[in-house]
Amino acid sequence: MGIIKTKNLVHEFFRRDEEGNVEAITTALDHVNLDVKEGQFIAILGHNGSGKSTLAKHINALLSASDGTIWVDGMDVSQEENVIPVRRSAGMVFQNPDNQIIASVVEEDVGFGPENIGVPTDEIWERVEHALSTVGMKKYRAHSPNKLSGGQKQRVAIAGVVAMEPKCIVFDEPTAMLDPNGRKEVIATAHELNKKKGVTILLITHYMEEVVAADYVYVMEKGKIIMDGTPREIFSRVSELKEHRLDVPQVTLLADELRKSGVDIPAGILTREELVDAIMKVK
Amino acid sequence: MIRDITIGQYYPANSIVHKLDPRVKLFATLLYIIALFVYKGLAGFILITGFLILAVKMSKVPLKFILKGLKAIVVLLVITASFNLLLTPGEVTFFKWGVFQVSDTGIRTAVMMMIRLIYLIIGTSLMTLTTTPNQLTDGLEKSLSPLNRINVPVHAIAMMMSIALRFIPILIEETDKIMKAQMARGADFDHGNIIQKAKAMVPILVPLFVSAFRRADDLAMAMEARCYNGGTGRTKMKPLKYTASDRVAYLVIIGFLAAVILLRIFVPYFG
Repeated sequence: MGIIKTKNLVHEFFRRDEEGNVEAITTALDHVNLDVKEGQFIAILGHNGSGKSTLAKHINALLSASDGTIWVDGMDVSQEENVIPVRRSAGMVFQNPDNQIIASVVEEDVGFGPENIGVPTDEIWERVEHALSTVGMKKYRAHSPNKLSGGQKQRVAIAGVVAMEPKCIVFDEPTAMLDPNGRKEVIATAHELNKKKGVTILLITHYMEEVVAADYVYVMEKGKIIMDGTPREIFSRVSELKEHRLDVPQVTLLADELRKSGVDIPAGILTREELVDAIMKVK
Repeated sequence: MIRDITIGQYYPANSIVHKLDPRVKLFATLLYIIALFVYKGLAGFILITGFLILAVKMSKVPLKFILKGLKAIVVLLVITASFNLLLTPGEVTFFKWGVFQVSDTGIRTAVMMMIRLIYLIIGTSLMTLTTTPNQLTDGLEKSLSPLNRINVPVHAIAMMMSIALRFIPILIEETDKIMKAQMARGADFDHGNIIQKAKAMVPILVPLFVSAFRRADDLAMAMEARCYNGGTGRTKMKPLKYTASDRVAYLVIIGFLAAVILLRIFVPYFG
């Protein structure tokens, strides 16, 4: 079993009227099956309302399933006694950097998680030091988070999760509120964690460019996984993606248009370099 | 104007005052406030002023930064001063019109009140400027921990306080943003009488509250995701431990209050 595994996971949101009768049911997750192996970099793509954030919250035991099961690191999330251990092995970075920083000094915020799980004082300092240097924010350790840029704040939030030493980190649209520079910083940090520390990463996003370097991609719509595969497989299905109103990285789109008009280049081109190589090979 | 509120903000610097134990600073602030209301006469005033100047100098917080906090209470200052000035009867009356009068006692109380209020703000904001909200809450939590025995949720209260302090600047910024957005669409906050002005605030308060609740929800979730489970089983990154300078500070502040009281008793009306 992988580090995160779901079996027919269903989540329903109920809207109730004033008497508490169920008015409407929204199925946010509809029999989702997912198996993530340790050390992978997984991306989950989807529009607003596709259920991707709901899925993320299940991984962190912040929501409980209506039906089906989800295991994190071999633990059944629905068991009450597993909640804290699950949260220790799967950390989460949220969308809004302001709303997830608890303390008024960077280092104190990074120490918040380790404090909660009862790490001894000396070790907290080691972990904070280590986490801050991992995300490259060491020189801001005594700063107030309010004075940092969006990307920096988000890196502090990542450090806060890293300091808890989870096996897996779920990024729930971490770049949605950032400028392009901030987005680059955060995604680069996620990749570095994956490569250097072997942390399993689940990146939830709707930016196609951020998906390109992932090991495996799931595409969600209306609570279902509608496509899955490596980025190359996914992006070679340009017309299918377009049917679901999903964008394709511009390079991929250009390559696809070229191919359609008869230029002999392979499908599923993801980066500018690849496209240049492919075009150079064309006689 | 709204950005001038410095209460609850932390000014990072490397000074003796910053390094003091938050319990010392809380205790010192309490005694300082007592001293402010105990003192009488010029001698006490000089002593308190000297103490305050010394504390500000040692804290390495620029005086300008502290004084900015005063702007927010100018209205309060003016009202208090004018009430004291115009309504206090005294031995010598310089001016009288209906119930209003300006007397020697009036002038003296007005000035004293102004000084007290200004010093109060400077002193208390010096504490919050040199203590991170987390340290402050740790200090409160530790000082109030005996209350745990009578089932007061000290940790929860302390946590709420520290979060409230952390979000003050964020909510201020947000208020500013909402105000500007409303102004851009023609809202008028500067004209009209008090009631009209108050009514104009409603379209600011509603979105502010909505967003505050949303933030609270997000933050609660982020805290849960980081294994927050109340005060039980928590360790501290910065556990409170008294050092030699804390003990010295305790002595200094107790000595200060004693001196102020003694001056009041033995040198009462001097100036």
